[in-house]
Amino acid sequence: MAPEATNAIIRVRDIAVQFGSTKVLDGLNLDVKRGEILGFVGPSGAGKSVLTRTIIGLVPKVSGSIEVFGIDLDGADDAERRAVERRWGILFQQGALFSSLTVRQNIQFPVREYLKVSQRLLDEITVAKLGMVGLRPEVADRFPAELSGGMIKRVALARALALDPELVFLDEPTSGLDPIGAGDFDELVRTLQRTLGLTVFMVTHDLDSLYTACDRIAVLGDGKIIAAGSMAEMQASQHPWLRAYFHGKRARAVMG
Amino acid sequence: MSGDPTLERISRSNGLALFAAGSWTAGFAPVLEEIVADAEKLTGSRPDISIDVSRVSKLDTFGAWLIERLRRSLTQGGVEPNIAGLSANYSSLVDEVRRVKAAPPIDTTAVTITGMLDQVGRAVVGVGGTMAGLIDMLGAVLAASGRVLIHPRSFRLTSTVHHLEQVCWRAVPIVVLITFLIGCIISQQGIFHFRKFGADIFVVDMLGVLVLREIGVLLVAIMVAGRSGSAYTAELGSMKMREEIDALRTMGFDPIEVLILPRMLALVIALPILAFLGAIAALYGGGLVAWLYGGVDPEAFLLRLRDAISIDHFTVGIIKAPVMAAVIGIVACVEGLAVQGSAESLGQHTTSSVVKGIFFVIVMDGVFAIFFASIGM
Repeated sequence: MAPEATNAIIRVRDIAVQFGSTKVLDGLNLDVKRGEILGFVGPSGAGKSVLTRTIIGLVPKVSGSIEVFGIDLDGADDAERRAVERRWGILFQQGALFSSLTVRQNIQFPVREYLKVSQRLLDEITVAKLGMVGLRPEVADRFPAELSGGMIKRVALARALALDPELVFLDEPTSGLDPIGAGDFDELVRTLQRTLGLTVFMVTHDLDSLYTACDRIAVLGDGKIIAAGSMAEMQASQHPWLRAYFHGKRARAVMG
Repeated sequence: MSGDPTLERISRSNGLALFAAGSWTAGFAPVLEEIVADAEKLTGSRPDISIDVSRVSKLDTFGAWLIERLRRSLTQGGVEPNIAGLSANYSSLVDEVRRVKAAPPIDTTAVTITGMLDQVGRAVVGVGGTMAGLIDMLGAVLAASGRVLIHPRSFRLTSTVHHLEQVCWRAVPIVVLITFLIGCIISQQGIFHFRKFGADIFVVDMLGVLVLREIGVLLVAIMVAGRSGSAYTAELGSMKMREEIDALRTMGFDPIEVLILPRMLALVIALPILAFLGAIAALYGGGLVAWLYGGVDPEAFLLRLRDAISIDHFTVGIIKAPVMAAVIGIVACVEGLAVQGSAESLGQHTTSSVVKGIFFVIVMDGVFAIFFASIGM
């Protein structure tokens, strides 16, 4: 096993990402600690999704290094990469459920690929996962097109959790949900983090999520992390964007 | 790291203790299932069974569920086992799993003879629905054209020109190339066989009549159905999937007028032009082969062509073109709007757009053949 002595489950060093001549990320450093829920915020278009996609390997980087579970993803061969991919789950912004498969097939798909599991256990686990994300077993035979927005997010989360990952990436998990649904979702992420011992990397714009669900917050701006720390530290910060963000009208409403 | 999972049985005076150890995780699922299936047989053999999980080094949903499965089947057998030694980290996971309702619904889609007959029946009934859908769309398009004629300002010229570029201008190279090659082949085959009885020159008659009346327009229509019909279905289908068509409707636009009419019009204009170019290319290719392979020099070819064909042959061919274009367009649009939410559905409808388009083009060609024969053209 690779050295995992340090507490960081994701270790990003000096990342630079460029599209054409525009630098999106420039010398970014970030650590995500094991077992925490990290909320990742920043202005629209700052590159939050780009960073997520860079870490999971969908966007090529110009320079820098990324270590996940203590494994340098650049130096990893295919087998090592697959082993890492098996240990993380990703919830895409639009859910990205396979539209031609039922909910059941969507959840079972990664399990079938990676593990040799009997059909019976597979079906039982599917029901268990659906239960964990707050859905009833009857949903299993529906197609994604027949689900509501909130249900799609939940099913997508169930699929992300199908292999019992240690790390999940959530890209705007509560966007497009009603406040009650979003609140439930935050609660759900918290519960799952406790029960499964997850580490959660959550890109979000939802102040409620930041308050209720996140242990630590990292703020992206100008291609770098401009601040990282607890909610209290964020509120104490004098950075203009942070002040506007955490002391704006909406933030005051959330804090009550 | 933890090793293979085990479930040790230790007899006690008042019952049996099961000691789970090792890592009870997804990676060991097959082994775990066997272990649990084995232990399930203990049902009823002992009055008291306890499951001790204190030595489990790693537990995930799979392992927790299998312990839960064991607990449930033992309970069903009449012995209520108690689970001991649960560490704080894992207790919430085990609680979570305990709330899972048993007996998941199993999806069974068995293939039976009645099922197959059922499908055939449905398909036959579906043909009626398809025809009705096509006639419905034809009516809607005609109604929309009527409205546009009354209010010419609502006509979407830009869109029509855009589609004209897509289906006509950009199709020219491939259409010309393929019809040219077909002309060459017809000519070569004709000369090869006609030469046996010294009738080389009649290849010109065959080529002229065949290309202008039938092959030219039919071949081009089939190419257009494959090239543009499929594109229309895919475009409209993905717009349907993303609710873009609903958005148009709610803004007070008629999707038929905005999306379908320009496409239909572009196709109706494009197909005669392509059929004409295709016929010319085929004649050129045929003439070239007749000259190089059959020794019929161009002057003789043209002379013979003038005698062999009349304007009627050309008219018959070109009259069919816009009708075929309308058929292809209507089929493509109906299929596009029938797309449901999934990627698979989009693929199915695009396929059926091309298949039905080609089928109807050939049927139309047969109808026209009977019609022109009976009016003596």
